Amino acid sequence: MKAFTTLNGLVCPLDRANVDTDAIIPKQFLKSIKRSGFGPYLFDEWRYTNYGEPGMDCSTRPLNKDFVLNQPRYQGAQVLLARDNFGCGSSREHAPWAIEDQGFRVIIAPSFADIFFNNCYKNGILPIVASAEQVDQLFKECLANEGYKLSVDLVAQTVTMPSGQSFSFEITPTRKHNLLNGLDEIGLTLQHADDIRAFEVKHKAAQPWLFA
Amino acid sequence: MAGKTLYDKLWDSHVVREESDGTCLIYIDRHLVHEVTSPQAFEGLRMAGRKPWRNTSIVANPDHNTPTKDWDKGIEDPISRLQVETLDNNIKEFGALVYFPFKNKDQGIIHVIGPENGTTLPGMTVVCGDSHTSTHGAFGALAHGIGTSEVEHVLATQTLVAKKSKRMLVRVDGQLGKGVTAKDVALAIIGKIGTAGGTGYAIEFGGEVIRALSMEGRMTLCNMAIEAGARAGLVAPDEKTAAYLEGRLHAPKGENWTKAVAYWNTLQSDADAQYDTVVALNGADIAPQVTWGTSPEQVLPIGSTVPDPAKEADTTKRTSIENALKYMGLNANTPIDQIQLDKIFIGSCTNSRIEDLRAAASVAKGKKVASNIKLAMVVPGSGQVKRQAEEEGLDKIFIEAGFEWREPGCSMCLAMNSDRLSPGERCASTSNRNFEGRQGPGGRTHLVSPEMAAAAAIAGHFVDVRSA
Repeated sequence: MKAFTTLNGLVCPLDRANVDTDAIIPKQFLKSIKRSGFGPYLFDEWRYTNYGEPGMDCSTRPLNKDFVLNQPRYQGAQVLLARDNFGCGSSREHAPWAIEDQGFRVIIAPSFADIFFNNCYKNGILPIVASAEQVDQLFKECLANEGYKLSVDLVAQTVTMPSGQSFSFEITPTRKHNLLNGLDEIGLTLQHADDIRAFEVKHKAAQPWLFA
Repeated sequence: MAGKTLYDKLWDSHVVREESDGTCLIYIDRHLVHEVTSPQAFEGLRMAGRKPWRNTSIVANPDHNTPTKDWDKGIEDPISRLQVETLDNNIKEFGALVYFPFKNKDQGIIHVIGPENGTTLPGMTVVCGDSHTSTHGAFGALAHGIGTSEVEHVLATQTLVAKKSKRMLVRVDGQLGKGVTAKDVALAIIGKIGTAGGTGYAIEFGGEVIRALSMEGRMTLCNMAIEAGARAGLVAPDEKTAAYLEGRLHAPKGENWTKAVAYWNTLQSDADAQYDTVVALNGADIAPQVTWGTSPEQVLPIGSTVPDPAKEADTTKRTSIENALKYMGLNANTPIDQIQLDKIFIGSCTNSRIEDLRAAASVAKGKKVASNIKLAMVVPGSGQVKRQAEEEGLDKIFIEAGFEWREPGCSMCLAMNSDRLSPGERCASTSNRNFEGRQGPGGRTHLVSPEMAAAAAIAGHFVDVRSA
């Protein structure tokens, strides 16, 4: 996993609540057996005016000019600004894969769906929960100022606006440590293999039918 | 000290270790695997030179990509076929307790085959790379969806890194009226608390209505917990749970059965257990539900009219209503029972079990699908469900009424195979998500119970099944 420490990145505002993972990456792209190459299909049904199929060359597809991701001022954005309950619906990790592949490393929203939120951390994406008022302010500033960037500092757990004003965000120490160091979680867990084996012995004695 | 909730008991009995910030390593008893969210996990395992920690925890089956007709032609889409063959090869290489390949007589939707083979048991932790894993909570198992990185983590370590959720109790007391089902209860709950209402929580469903539900009904309800934002839904096991499981292929036998049932009887929330949130509904107040928008929370009882955005004061909510009406091709204030339909889908991990099919067949019996309905399809949840339905003659009832009787699979719930809506088509569906494009690009989905879907097929538009 890619490590994340700090980022000063262009912000793309997606002003919609309840953005679901079917909208983030439609089902036809889930047929892939790889974990890369999903970026061009991110928000496919909103982004293009024709129906996307896996393997299509997206550089020649007709764009929906009104969709925010297609507007010239947001090209190269690394921070996605979103509304409540972002990432609801299916557990598909293809959603954060597509977001990361498109170049986003940070998502800021008032709330996230649980499974999506968790999947972000496995892919070097930092999901930041900010108050609804704070998110409102960011939307207003971003829309009013072309080239609007935010500075995100994971060590200090702060987001700083161009005005110098900043706010802090919460993250569990375990997630922070893993993200800062880009750690392989499976390798870390296997350091506790003896604990898992010991638990298994006890568990099997108590509920042998689980191991039948 | 306050007593424990069912969720506390399930959590506490699976903690392998706990870090100082509350992050835990949780032991996983059952790992359900399907073709869409597993290939990258198996590939990761292979690249790291790892093996599954305990391959007898794995129950696997392709379901999302498999066609529901013309099985003799195989899987025509080469990309879908490769994904299904990849699962075949991965299971061959790494092993599993249960594997039903494509066209096996018992193949079906993973959340249907788990319980029907006795591989979902009370007290277990159950995970799957699929958000509708919450279904298995109907047995008093702690069950939830995970991402593909976590699928790999569970394969390699038999554990999950997780933090405990908050606890919510949703109590539904009283009695359901005739024609009102578990699906309507689920939709009414989502309508009340919203699609983010359960975010951060594990929801326990309790009260007289829940106790009166069959196991199939409880599975429908827990299946939809994720649509309320909760990763896990739970119902405490009781004599119905044991009666459902007894004699199933992988259910405990002999002395183990007796011990298991004694343990399962302890899986109840204590009388003095504390919840972080309690929500109460009365069963008598719940009418058959129909979603009108593009989120499951955009739901109303039959007999209502489609909302008018002009009457909504909150800007974000008003925009959501406007967007939904535009996408759905509906005018504000349209009576729901005047909405005309193009297609009917009875199936999915929410409503494809034998009771669902019996209920739909009882409405369709001796009637004909309306002439404006282009396609009405019934997709059983598994080979076992299909055989049972055919033994009972349900297939004939559906076929005589003008429904297509298909092979099992996820089908038009998410339209990964060729079963899908065309742009602008409107569908009464017993599935779980009415998101934009869910059943096909530009398709319009209304979520309902199997009875309501069958009644809509006959009428050509929504009707109140209680007076149909």
